[in-house]
Amino acid sequence: MTAGTDDLILEITNLSKSFGPIRALRGVGFQLRKGEIHALAGENGAGKSTLMNIIDGILRADCGEIRLDGQPVTITSPAMAQTLGIGFVHQEIALCPDITVAENIFMAATNSSRAMLMDFRDLERRAAEILRRLGDIDPTAPVRSLSISQQQLVEIAKALTLDCRVLILDEPTAALTEREAQILFGIMHTLAGQGISIIYISHRMVEIFDNCDRVTVLRDGQYIATMNVAETTPGEVVSAMVGRVIDSLYPPKLGKDERSHEIILDVRGLTERKRFRDVSFQLRKGEILGLAGLIGAGRTEIVKGICRLEGEVSGEVSLHGRVLHLVHYADSIAEGIVYLSEDRKGDGLFLDMSIAANVSALSVEQVSTRTGIIDDRRENEQAERLGARLNLRYGHVGQPVSALSGGNQQKVAIAKMLSVNPKVIFLDEPTRGVDVGAKAEIHRILRDLARSGVGIVVISSELPELIGVCDRVLVVREGRIAGEVTGNEMTENRIMHLASLGEQRPVAA
Amino acid sequence: MSAEGTILAATTPSGKGRNASGSVTDTLRRLLRMRETGLVLIILVLFIAMSFASPYFLTWNNMRAMAMAFAVEGVVVVGMTILLISGGIDLSVGSVTALAMVIAGLLFLNGVDPWLASGMAIAACTAIGAAMGFFVTRVGLHHFIVSLAVMVIARGLCLLGTGGRPLGLYTLPPEFKFIGQGSIGVIPVVIVIFVVVVVAFDFLLRRTTMFRKVFYTGSNEKAAAYSGIRTKKVVFLTTTLCSALCGVAGIIYMARFGSAQPTFGIGMELNVIAAAVIGGASLSGGSGTIFGAILGTILLSVVSSSLALLDVSVYWQDIIRGSILLTAVTIDHYLNKRRG
Ligand SMILES: Nc1ncnc2c1ncn2[C@@H]1O[C@H](COP(=O)(O)OP(=O)(O)OP(=O)(O)O)[C@@H](O)[C@H]1O
Ligand SMILES: [Mg+2]
Repeated sequence: MTAGTDDLILEITNLSKSFGPIRALRGVGFQLRKGEIHALAGENGAGKSTLMNIIDGILRADCGEIRLDGQPVTITSPAMAQTLGIGFVHQEIALCPDITVAENIFMAATNSSRAMLMDFRDLERRAAEILRRLGDIDPTAPVRSLSISQQQLVEIAKALTLDCRVLILDEPTAALTEREAQILFGIMHTLAGQGISIIYISHRMVEIFDNCDRVTVLRDGQYIATMNVAETTPGEVVSAMVGRVIDSLYPPKLGKDERSHEIILDVRGLTERKRFRDVSFQLRKGEILGLAGLIGAGRTEIVKGICRLEGEVSGEVSLHGRVLHLVHYADSIAEGIVYLSEDRKGDGLFLDMSIAANVSALSVEQVSTRTGIIDDRRENEQAERLGARLNLRYGHVGQPVSALSGGNQQKVAIAKMLSVNPKVIFLDEPTRGVDVGAKAEIHRILRDLARSGVGIVVISSELPELIGVCDRVLVVREGRIAGEVTGNEMTENRIMHLASLGEQRPVAA
Repeated sequence: MSAEGTILAATTPSGKGRNASGSVTDTLRRLLRMRETGLVLIILVLFIAMSFASPYFLTWNNMRAMAMAFAVEGVVVVGMTILLISGGIDLSVGSVTALAMVIAGLLFLNGVDPWLASGMAIAACTAIGAAMGFFVTRVGLHHFIVSLAVMVIARGLCLLGTGGRPLGLYTLPPEFKFIGQGSIGVIPVVIVIFVVVVVAFDFLLRRTTMFRKVFYTGSNEKAAAYSGIRTKKVVFLTTTLCSALCGVAGIIYMARFGSAQPTFGIGMELNVIAAAVIGGASLSGGSGTIFGAILGTILLSVVSSSLALLDVSVYWQDIIRGSILLTAVTIDHYLNKRRG
């Protein structure tokens, strides 16, 4: 490494950490310079979050050394890390839902301050300013009322109000829209200009290459390499991450001759009092249909409405030509229509329950005898089978899901959907927080499912993903379908245009 | 406690962690059982210490008395544990138990057959549970408040029905009293009922799809709803079940005492909740085992009986029981800290 030790703010040597038999980190080294934006890359479960949790004092390393400004330090708690000037935006959102945005932000600041009396006026001003810069969030709104992406912004604001020298961002953009992400990058560059060092974790190569100075790659808990972003390529970083070459993120789309006119799902005039109106579309056999739109446009609400998860919905849904009478989500599951939630921690998973129990949650009956007694062996086998199919990294299926890395938790959520052999799957941000390799894997699985006749509908805020995966994209704006794009028309520009302005024509029925 | 300790501990609820075979998982399984093993050890140590401290402790009579004491309460503990797992709580168990006695007693004194009277009393308790379930799931009130109100109302009904005096039920037929006073061989019938209830519900809770939904609901109600589970129905049923089991316990008490006591069971909720929590049930829902809760009940009962034998004043007994609860809740808190 070329840097002199003078301009290093943080230096980690030979750090190891095990969770029982799982060796999450093995002799990892890491160097952070003053004022740099340093990306940390690696597959799901590579040990990125674990390393950051050690720096933040949440976890204690088994051995190894951390030097801050050249001084060896033992960080024993997040509070101590804060006083040392380390700010951490966690991968999982952890806000208090019932209190206001401002109070959430103050919580961190009051905690870390050494002053006896807080200057609340000043805090309020700073919080308001940061929130304004981040995207117009009302500081007096309760966190419960915010969307996931806004909550993520509040998490970031929380860290920014602390005076930190080292700022850790663990996949902050996984839950952000494109525009919000751009704002965040702007702020990151300003901070770096002020001499603050940033550790940036992301699975998106574009972000790393557009915004970071250096990138360190971890694989299976081991240090692989640190590279200057200017001197390397995304391909190189990815192969360092996965130890092999990934040829393509997206599987081939449907060929012309493979198009089918057979309709799997037919939605007509779906309306919910407040959130969407007169939504009609058809899902054809073999295709992957995308739903694009700005946050708040109503994509999630429409899909939840179809599944009867939320809201008083009117309109007609037919599956394979048969009109369905759905009252409760359980009816929808019984018909083979399932929904993968965008908020895996909040309503997708049972974090303190085992992997096996999570995977079978949609239908415990399926792994039980006819008399309603759970067959452990079948339940475990089901989790193992689907785990293998999704390349899940875990110790054993009796582990609680909370012990998995973020991306692997997402795979458990997907495994849960697949467990019931669904006919139609609605996936809301299916690859959020998932690494490149696994992402390609999930895309391939979706394509295979589609080919085998399962209807697939994908919601994603990541336009390249929608364009890469879907055969057809519907753009939702203000609770209505504003347009449809297919084939060559599927460009980011075209979709963004429809999403923000729409076409001045009535919705095609 | 360090974060990693917490994570290991988070797997404590046994019966949820389902393991494949292998030596690694065997070690883990041992960890999973840690709470139960710990409780068994504490109980053993108490037994050994007490057998030295008091010659009377290890006698058949004392053992029998102790077992009788926790057995009936154990039935209520089962209901409470299941309710806690689903994310609820019930403060009214003591007064509902007393109310079962009073209703059955009054009906009997008015000429109703004792078995029929008991059935009606249990049905009444079940209805009370259903009403609480209604207020919680349909109206949207908190378990704590609803059951607090019911606790006071049910006690009031007991006093109203009896004028505050115990009802002597001297004419109860012997075959009815047999439930509370008789023995099969050397084993009291009460203990037999207790064992049957515990074994049955332990099995149901660990192994059936129906009760697995109780864990899902308590672990993360929203995720449960998003898995197509009708969480309100689950909570309604666990609330109702708890009161129904209180009814059963009340009838057994009546058969045992040969009377109906309107002031019976004051403070019982403390004991019952404490037992469940000591045994590993979490107040935030999603975890707990019948086996653990019963060990908790036994522990509390051994402690009470020991203190009595050692002539510790009743006031001190309360203080000690309260402290044990506090310790248990403190541990619970640390185990759940990560859930925020
Ligand atoms: N508390 C824990 N208990 C047991 N194992 C754990 C725990 N936390 C992490 N692990 C394991 O350590 C490894 C590293 O996990 P970590 O969360 O650091 O991955 P990551 O690189 O952040 O992945 P992702 O991109 O999915 O967020 C994984 O195999 C994970 O299962
Ligand atoms: Mg991570």
